[in-house]
Amino acid sequence: MAQSLFEKLWSHHAIADLGDGAALVLIDRIFLHERTGGIALTSLEEAARTPFAPRQAFCTMDHVVDTLPGRSDRTLMPTGTQFIQTTREAARKAGITVFDLGDERQGIVHVISPEQGIVLPGLTLVCPDSHTCTQGAFGALAWGIGSSEAEHGLATSTLRVVKPKAMRVNISGVLAPGVTAKDLALHILAKHSSMGARGHAVEYAGGAVRALDIEARMTLCNMATEFSAFTAMIAPDDAVFEYIKGRPFSPKGAAWDDAVTHWRTLRSDDDAIFDAEIGVDASEVSPMVTWGTNPQQAMPIDGRVPAFEAVSGQGQRASHDRALGYMDLAPGTALEGLKIDAAFIGSCTNSRIADLRRAARLLAGRKVAPGIKAICVPGSTAVKRQAEAEGLADIFRSAGFEWRESGCSMCFFAGGESFGYRERVVTSTNRNFESRQGPETRSHLASPETVAASAIAGCLADPRKLVRS
Amino acid sequence: MSLKPFTTLDAVAVPFLRPDVDTDTIMPSREMKHVSKTGLADGLFAGLRYRQMGGRDPNPDFVLNDPRYAGAEVLLGGANFGCGSSREHAVWGLAEYGFRAILAPSFNPIFYANCTRNGILPVVVSQEIIEAIALAVAAAPRQNLVHIDLQAQTLKGPGGTSASFPIAREVRDMLLYGLDMIGLTLQRREEIEAFRAADREKRPWAYL
Repeated sequence: MAQSLFEKLWSHHAIADLGDGAALVLIDRIFLHERTGGIALTSLEEAARTPFAPRQAFCTMDHVVDTLPGRSDRTLMPTGTQFIQTTREAARKAGITVFDLGDERQGIVHVISPEQGIVLPGLTLVCPDSHTCTQGAFGALAWGIGSSEAEHGLATSTLRVVKPKAMRVNISGVLAPGVTAKDLALHILAKHSSMGARGHAVEYAGGAVRALDIEARMTLCNMATEFSAFTAMIAPDDAVFEYIKGRPFSPKGAAWDDAVTHWRTLRSDDDAIFDAEIGVDASEVSPMVTWGTNPQQAMPIDGRVPAFEAVSGQGQRASHDRALGYMDLAPGTALEGLKIDAAFIGSCTNSRIADLRRAARLLAGRKVAPGIKAICVPGSTAVKRQAEAEGLADIFRSAGFEWRESGCSMCFFAGGESFGYRERVVTSTNRNFESRQGPETRSHLASPETVAASAIAGCLADPRKLVRS
Repeated sequence: MSLKPFTTLDAVAVPFLRPDVDTDTIMPSREMKHVSKTGLADGLFAGLRYRQMGGRDPNPDFVLNDPRYAGAEVLLGGANFGCGSSREHAVWGLAEYGFRAILAPSFNPIFYANCTRNGILPVVVSQEIIEAIALAVAAAPRQNLVHIDLQAQTLKGPGGTSASFPIAREVRDMLLYGLDMIGLTLQRREEIEAFRAADREKRPWAYL
């Protein structure tokens, strides 16, 4: 019978049918970080249990570590040290590889997992982090879980999972110059809502997806959690194999050849049936920016803040009004030209070398507008080194950006460093929730290009105009 | 670790019907202060519950501070409840505060799973029914209780509202009997090891 990519991945890992749609699923890789992984490890230890397959589990320090130069276990977040040290100690006892502070391999989990060749096509990978779907870009079944499930995964190398339905998002057409995977992700959310993929594992397919480079595919898959998807995935192709080849944990020699043979079968059969399918035309996508407090509240940069009546299928008037009140915006206000206080490039969505290269291209020879706080946080130590070697770091610094150590940084406010009270921030991150980046901060999600262009202009700006000038 | 079984519940319900309530709202990151599953009830909904960020002076406008709803064990929520971060601290905080069930038209999948692993029953029920219950509850919260029977998968609200709700048998049994799922899975150790051994022949590259 014809199978979808998701069906194939699921059937390769289903150990036992648990009845009523649930299965015991083999887990090939577990990734942890200090924010939610430490508690899984200490809880495991308290129950006098040990990891089933410690060599297949990994841990990084990314969430509450400082990103200022000269960092240590001490953190600006008041109790961050406890998270770092408890996690490190528990991971060491459990025999798990740790990508610690000071390790050249350290970085944001969803950036370093591919860098290290830990995620591979055809694997199941879980992490107590909602953006684990990012790694579906490699043709893995990778999804976010809670800490209790992470403990279960560590103890048993399995999870008990109620099988989601399968959805395909067919993306045809070509993205216009200056339009990116981030804009595509926000476009899909704006059009199909933050609940559009509820209950489904999503496969992104079509010519426009094939045309994306690997890092752009990660950006697209990253925001599947904002789409309420169980996860997202893209069928692996030669570009993926090339990206993975020779990485520290990827297979070598004959094992590599065997793997590639297997990986080439990981695509939806031509007549595979999906529970749901939607079509998206990439050529319709513009640079996008959010105007509200939910990622679905996004518009083209040359658009205006919508009135409630103009937004179809997006819940209640009260929440629309609340979002506008919080953001201090009125319907009809042009997004382009909206004065900002700060600009942030970073996070598991957009902090990879390709993101930094594209932003740097706009920043070269230009300056951040006076009074704008601009920060760039590379997604991994390796990305940081690469960017420094390519001269990108100098471009960021000359333009007036702070150049940081890698980590999740100011994607969220954990009680330490943050943007200021009610500051308006244009940000390459994934969540514009109330107070996400600081006390009552107003976050506008956008691509790294749009963040760079806006930082220069001092207001929300269209990166395409900067390219033309 | 075994959990308190969930069989039936008759409880005060508190309405918080806003859609897209994210886990940052339920448990702000700044309130996750320790590597612990406890000590989180104080931080629950902190951004709404207190007058000032970091403070503990109650905001009288927030529904959890309304004394009529004191002791509520059921939370009436909006669509896409628990979206955003996977942080289980949101659920630990809800459980520690005393919530045993959440009614919503839809849940974020990770949040839903986190609830079930901590003895909180997530009940998927239509917006109309939730609104009807919320209306009836508001008239007299302490009298107009919500009744839930997990075995029967039924819900009865004040004012004659009733509904049945779906839940996978696996998840229902976990809650119903307060099962230690890790212990249960480890009973299948031999089956898991046999599967891995056979799989290793097929996918040697997947094993480190």
